[in-house]
Amino acid sequence: MSKKLFLNGADAVAEAMRQINPDVVAAYPITPTTHIVEKFSKFVADGKVKTEFVTVESEHSAMSACIGASASGGRVMTATASQGLIYMAEALFCASGFRLPIVLINGNRALSSPLSIHTDHSDSMAIRDSGFVQVYAKNAQEAYDLTIQAIRIAEHKDVRTPVMVCIEGFQNTHTLDSVVVEDDEVVKKFLGEFEPVDSLLDIDNPVTYGAAVKPDFFFEIKRQQLEGINCAYDVMKSVGEEFEKITGRDYSKVYEEYGLEDADVAIVLMSSSYSTALGVTENMRESGKKIGLLRPKLFRPFPDTEIVEKLKGLKAVAVLDRSMPQGAKYGPLCTEIVTALFNVGKRPKVYNFIHGIGSRETYPSHYDEVFEFLLSSLDEVKEDKLRFLNLNE
Amino acid sequence: MFNANLKKLSQCPTRLEAGHRLCPGCGISVIMRQIMSVTDNPLVISNATGCFEICTGAYPYTAWNVPWIHSLFGNAASVIAGVEAMHKSLEKQGKLSGDQKKTLFMAVGGDGGTYDIGLQALSGAAERGHKFVYVCFDNEGYMNTGYQRSGATPYGAFTTTSQVGEAHTGKEQFRKDLTMIMAAHNIPYVAQSSPSNHFDLMKKADKAFKADGPAFINCLSVCPTSWKTDTQTGLKITQTAVDTCFWPLYEVENGVFKITYMPKEKLPIIAWLENQGRFKHLLKPENQHIIDALQKEVDTRWQKLIKLEEATAEDDK
Ligand SMILES: Cc1ncc(C[n+]2csc(CCOP(=O)(O)OP(=O)(O)O)c2C)c(N)n1
Ligand code: SF4
Ligand SMILES: [Mg+2]
Repeated sequence: MSKKLFLNGADAVAEAMRQINPDVVAAYPITPTTHIVEKFSKFVADGKVKTEFVTVESEHSAMSACIGASASGGRVMTATASQGLIYMAEALFCASGFRLPIVLINGNRALSSPLSIHTDHSDSMAIRDSGFVQVYAKNAQEAYDLTIQAIRIAEHKDVRTPVMVCIEGFQNTHTLDSVVVEDDEVVKKFLGEFEPVDSLLDIDNPVTYGAAVKPDFFFEIKRQQLEGINCAYDVMKSVGEEFEKITGRDYSKVYEEYGLEDADVAIVLMSSSYSTALGVTENMRESGKKIGLLRPKLFRPFPDTEIVEKLKGLKAVAVLDRSMPQGAKYGPLCTEIVTALFNVGKRPKVYNFIHGIGSRETYPSHYDEVFEFLLSSLDEVKEDKLRFLNLNE
Repeated sequence: MFNANLKKLSQCPTRLEAGHRLCPGCGISVIMRQIMSVTDNPLVISNATGCFEICTGAYPYTAWNVPWIHSLFGNAASVIAGVEAMHKSLEKQGKLSGDQKKTLFMAVGGDGGTYDIGLQALSGAAERGHKFVYVCFDNEGYMNTGYQRSGATPYGAFTTTSQVGEAHTGKEQFRKDLTMIMAAHNIPYVAQSSPSNHFDLMKKADKAFKADGPAFINCLSVCPTSWKTDTQTGLKITQTAVDTCFWPLYEVENGVFKITYMPKEKLPIIAWLENQGRFKHLLKPENQHIIDALQKEVDTRWQKLIKLEEATAEDDK
């Protein structure tokens, strides 16, 4: 029987990891995901998992040990955040190039300097082209659910690509929430047995991983890698549907939407900001405003076809990025959306707002402000420039 | 006790095939063949970026007959730690069979990948006690990228990043003593060896594979291309490093230091320098002070080693 528990996002993920029971976990502590690692260590100490827990000396080694372990034919996970994620950057590209189904939990956190332990998406956005599938959770329940589904997506034979589950530091990792935890056996059955491919421990069929490639093959290998990550789009939906059958929670789509069917304008954002924005949208719609909300859960591969389908009929869209575009015209989410819409005949005006940097609060009044901005832009087109929410300068 | 003869050695499985692309006279393949010849157990190898990796794994070819993984420059030890951890996990779960259970784990890298960029990973893996053998091919520089200085480059040597000119005369720092650093990790087995003394190296490899925990072997590896030495006499030149005590052969077994080769006559350092183009500038009279300083450093380290042997031998009684 599933049970409803009061957990923060990190504990929910640790609970998922206990149920996944990976063969190897290699991890290094960093706020805000330290307690995933700590909790998991207790599961190891209590004999609740069969996992070999490798307490590495750095995140570079965490991902490197994951690479060695995953190439040796078993289920492998790690958790990190921020500086840790960037510290492992070199190894991330290697893991995806090897097509290893590693699952990484990232607690989204700002990057130094200046140092901040608080939330934004600059860490995972900085490595968005590392070849990892990236999914972004909005709350503890989704963090739990997506962690479990990530294993299936990563290991799917058409994908064979590592997956990064992004949960927001503090907003998700440290905030108590009610979480439905499925029965251990149900999760086990959903995941199935790991099927090794090209294992280093298959001593009768020795494999060579990581031979140097000259220009005559490199391009093709990297192009083929694209097929793997792009397949994650369909696989996430089919895995989500299967998950929905056993849990009743809707995972049939790679995005969440509200009010779009008759909206003139909409906000697009990711992760936990959705919940606050939803309250505002509901209220404003009650007073007759034609507004809507869209939250991509999947960022890599970017679900551009579905996003276009959802947005193309609108008149104006505000994309709320949660990382700084250092010198780019827009934040990374907005850049994707603008790109996706570019070749569509009739398309909405797109405005970009930066919010929540280093855990700067975004209050309901700010979403209110953005919707009012969008509605007024219908009468008079606004300047195409970067805007900042709740910036005090 | 390791006991091999040429007949037995000639029958050992060929893990590294002919056709790799190392330069003529390169020390690395000699070292690897000597080390791998001491065991019949299955091997999995993690290789740091460097000459050996590039020359043995050139897609779509491979010179490897054993499972082999090259990931990055600085992570060979962490990768093998992951492999070993997976092996342990699967073994505990009863998922391994027969010979698979006897698999031995090796990480290999050059001095750059070991003394410098990979030191943290190696230190961490050693401290955590993974059962693996790390072999460093110390050719005293970043050869794969065209011979830049490393923490292992000798004092006075020319490299492409420690050039010889009006203001400077080669590398101005003494080399890092990595074997001692690894000994300070108090792991079961640490050794320094040379392919010129092949039985010494093979005995050490045997002990390393049988050690109950991490083992480390540091091997001097001739690089004719960058040392600017003759390709035919590389092992003879290597031998002069041993006989000058620039590269003493010793082991540290569970904390006990043992010098495994005592030169009959300790040669002056010039014997090691004179046949290598990278030290050519040192032979000029105005650079004699560099040779003197190097001699002094070699002597100091050698004396220290003798004292360590004495001190730990007493502990052993
Ligand atoms: C992170 C990183 N920095 C730099 C390099 C470039 N690089 C490749 S091999 C190498 C030097 C290798 O030297 P060493 O480990 O001594 O091996 P050798 O080739 O001398 O045997 C360097 C600098 C790299 N591949 N990765
Ligand atoms: S450059 Fe030196 S180390 Fe590299 S393959 Fe040639 S001889 Fe060997
Ligand atoms: Mg080198």
